[in-house]
Amino acid sequence: MPAGRTTGMDWIRSVTAIFMKDWRSELRTRYAISALLMFVVTTISIILFSLGSESARPEVLCGMLWVVIFFSAMSGLSRTFVMEEERGTAMTLQLTARGSAVYVGKLLFNLVLVTGLDILTVALYALLINGFVIKTYSIFVVIVALGGVGFAAAATIIAAIIARASTKGTLYPVLSFPILLPLVLTVINGTRLASDGALIEEAYGEFQILISYIVVVIAVSLLVFDYVWKD
Amino acid sequence: MRWLLGIWLTAVVVLALLLPMVAQPQHWYEFPNVEGLGEKARIIFFHVPTAWLSFMAFVASMVYGIRYLAKRRPDDDLKSSTAAALGFLFCLLATVTGSIWAKFSWGSFWNWDPRETSIFVLLLIYGAYFALRSAVEVEEKRASLAAVYSIIAAVTMPFFMFVMPRVLASLHPAPIINTQGKVFMNSTMLVIFLASLAGFTGLYFWMFRLQVRIRRMELTTVNQEGELKRA
Repeated sequence: MPAGRTTGMDWIRSVTAIFMKDWRSELRTRYAISALLMFVVTTISIILFSLGSESARPEVLCGMLWVVIFFSAMSGLSRTFVMEEERGTAMTLQLTARGSAVYVGKLLFNLVLVTGLDILTVALYALLINGFVIKTYSIFVVIVALGGVGFAAAATIIAAIIARASTKGTLYPVLSFPILLPLVLTVINGTRLASDGALIEEAYGEFQILISYIVVVIAVSLLVFDYVWKD
Repeated sequence: MRWLLGIWLTAVVVLALLLPMVAQPQHWYEFPNVEGLGEKARIIFFHVPTAWLSFMAFVASMVYGIRYLAKRRPDDDLKSSTAAALGFLFCLLATVTGSIWAKFSWGSFWNWDPRETSIFVLLLIYGAYFALRSAVEVEEKRASLAAVYSIIAAVTMPFFMFVMPRVLASLHPAPIINTQGKVFMNSTMLVIFLASLAGFTGLYFWMFRLQVRIRRMELTTVNQEGELKRA
């Protein structure tokens, strides 16, 4: 923590500064964006090839949508922390900003990535996969939005952990999967409800689980982030 | 200590396997017949204690982890990883015994019953925990990252209690909690069950102390060798 008292405004300013820094460096290298984009295209084409001319049941297709999103997210979301370690800028960031500001800034950055990823995947999926029909759009939109926030929340703190480990790439999905599984099961369930044409009231339980998951994960991440981040 | 434990557990095993199961228990040494399970109900004396210990070790590992984060004593990390190792062992035992029982009661070794799913996730968490530990070389960093991971895993685990019932219905007998009583225990059965629970918990603590002592000795020998080399 820098010397002197920091006010709320300073905190918000450093959050936006960290977000803008990551965003600009992402636009220069386009590392995460291209990794995510190529991963989505690759996985969807594998699904298309393996389906061939068959058409799978809608329930299976709802699950596959989240398989694509999970693995694509795992390919790009760790970038924001791994980058700091690789460039050797982690120490400077530790000295200039508070831990919570770093976490929130990175979370916002991952949130933008996940939102882009969600929109792209859903659009491609709906265009290319036959038989994937959504009947209740309201449920689907809420599920995808809340699912995205939950993904970003859990992925950010796990990314902070694996950035300090030596095998970064393979460890990320391994550590994230058990943490993300309650979320994945809930969003798959919610997507099925949307595909079956259920009323929005029927999905309230899913919304409750997703919202409480997001709140719990972000709160715990803020509490433990300093232990991961500070040396 | 270990003699007492050995005799205790032998008595529990012998009694649990040998006491007859009859439809109407007349004598103190008879078990009531469990409807639908028959002799297969005897698994409760071995399966439930292992499952209980795998869960308890998980909590113990997290508590030692939190204590490490608060006080930074290497000994707490050693205890935390020892508890996790024992928990992993008991978790495997619970999975295997449950799976064998499922083959004869439900017809297949694995069918993604909610209980099976949650113990599978516990196995995954333990696996991820050890993968993380082996990937970090600096001892202090390894200790705090492992502690943080176990905290995050512990706060997301309870979500399965809300998620799983929405996805699938369970066929798992809930012996103690279920008040309608799918499994009915008479006092003899209950006494042996509790004795088994106590015996297995004693076994856990005995193994835990032994393992902690071995690891401490290993640490001191490694340190002494290092000093000798330097001299």
